[in-house]
Amino acid sequence: MTTSLADVASSDSALRAFLHGLPGVDRVGADQRAAMLGTRSIKTTAKAQAIDLAISMVDLTTLEGADTDGKVRAMCAKAVRPGGDAPSVAAVCVYPDLVAVAVEALKGTGVKVASVATAFPSGRTSLEVKVSDTTLAVAAGADEIDMVIDRGAFLAGHYMKVYEQIVAVKAACGSAHLKVILETGELATYDNVRRASWLAMLAGADFIKTSTGKVAPAATPPVTLIMLEAVRDFRDATGRQIGVKPAGGIRSTKDAIKNLVLVNETAGDDWLTPEWFRLGASSLLNDLLMQRQKLATGRYAGPDYFTLD
Amino acid sequence: MSRLSVRKTYKLYIGGAFPRSESGRSYPVTSAKGDFLANASRASRKDARDAVVAARKAFPGWSGATAYNRGQILYRIAEMLEGRRAQFADELGGGKRAALEQVDATVDRLVWYAGWSDKIASVHGAANPVAGPYFNLSTPEPTGVVAVVAPADPLLGLVSVVAPAIVTGNTCVVVASEPSPLGAITLSEVLATSDLPGGVVNVLTGRQSELAPWLAAHMDVNAIDLTGVADADLALSCEQAAAENLKRVLRPAAAPDWAADPGIGRMTAFLETKTVWHPVGI
Repeated sequence: MTTSLADVASSDSALRAFLHGLPGVDRVGADQRAAMLGTRSIKTTAKAQAIDLAISMVDLTTLEGADTDGKVRAMCAKAVRPGGDAPSVAAVCVYPDLVAVAVEALKGTGVKVASVATAFPSGRTSLEVKVSDTTLAVAAGADEIDMVIDRGAFLAGHYMKVYEQIVAVKAACGSAHLKVILETGELATYDNVRRASWLAMLAGADFIKTSTGKVAPAATPPVTLIMLEAVRDFRDATGRQIGVKPAGGIRSTKDAIKNLVLVNETAGDDWLTPEWFRLGASSLLNDLLMQRQKLATGRYAGPDYFTLD
Repeated sequence: MSRLSVRKTYKLYIGGAFPRSESGRSYPVTSAKGDFLANASRASRKDARDAVVAARKAFPGWSGATAYNRGQILYRIAEMLEGRRAQFADELGGGKRAALEQVDATVDRLVWYAGWSDKIASVHGAANPVAGPYFNLSTPEPTGVVAVVAPADPLLGLVSVVAPAIVTGNTCVVVASEPSPLGAITLSEVLATSDLPGGVVNVLTGRQSELAPWLAAHMDVNAIDLTGVADADLALSCEQAAAENLKRVLRPAAAPDWAADPGIGRMTAFLETKTVWHPVGI
């Protein structure tokens, strides 16, 4: 496969032939496997470890039109010290114009700054605007760029166009990590999720991310499973490891732990670090902290004792 | 051909639905004479947790409803209960006449509390005289989620602890009487068909000693009514656990007489007072 991968992107027809040559996804099988892995019981000390790991994997996100400098600063403070002796989260994720605020607030803390770019969430603009959007975010100090793919072009079968856009944005990222958002809720089939995952990885993505969080359904377990299979197979084929970030719809500790089980059982524990697996979320963090407190104190926690965000 | 009777499965009442206990457990309920009546669900701490979540979710809507609307709904519960008078009298057992009197007293108790919904603010609130150019108004506000450990009296006692908690806008999680929980579940059927929003009253059946401590310690419960806790040690440990987040605790010194005039103490026990200052002349 390695030899063929070198030139799959040489032409539109070669790329199409490769993507359509990927094995199809058994929808029922994928749903069942994800559901079955979701029934694993993770308790006591294992649960405590899983919660801390999940906290350290969170990309704490605010992507609202109403975001202010103050809100971003408050979120950054929480990202560094979520509460008690809980670990810092992996990154905060904001719109490009707020990157500078986040960078300032997180200086020297080790928490990364991620910025969405490329006309997030729809991606409906010209390549020039997408690239300059990315350039601005990188110039403001973003460590990671979350780009969206052109779902319209992808669904219309213009794979080369999507590929070239990812390559162009990757070039604009420089040393910043590139996460490619597939927006699986709009891709209609699991086969498309697998194709889009491979397309993004071939084009140079460092991470593949399920969703923007603006479209439902977002990060469903079967979709995450398929993407984890894709990164596993991609590393087997090329030796290059790609990260996965489910985002959107992960609100409870139970969901987060199900995701960790999926990672462990699908891609393996090489991916069980914040470097290779992230959880894009906002309200999830409070639930993780509440579960953490429940384990520490033995009493059910209440949201009155955690920050509003 | 003789007909097979369709017997009721007694389940829990959480968030407007009737789920079985997540633990899958049940326990046999017997009459006063020791005859088997039915199996009731034996709720676990996770059912209690789910019930608190449901109660919390229902709180903004219920506390935000107008007092008039809450009164109407309580009155509606009384109407529905009246319609099932015979069924409840049957379930209570004992003498037929005494049982009917109990049911009537329960309906009357509901109507009595229904009337209080839009009057409690006038009685318990105040326009305070202050030394300054301000209106100073105190008004009662519901405390939040109230955990209620119901007394052994399965109908009048139960309604007499639940109605005062919800009429002011609180939502509650009720631990039904352990030896006689069936009336509480049948009452839940009445609540479910009375326009009472799901989650305002949640009913758990099972071991009091298993459920009460979790509710007493729960940080998202704002008050606990220990009226039904007969075991003094359990009540004490619940009080201590409740102190962690400064829950309001109601623990009557002696077992209340449910037939007596209830007074407004049970309503005011689960109220906060909000005081606002408003400048005069603007």
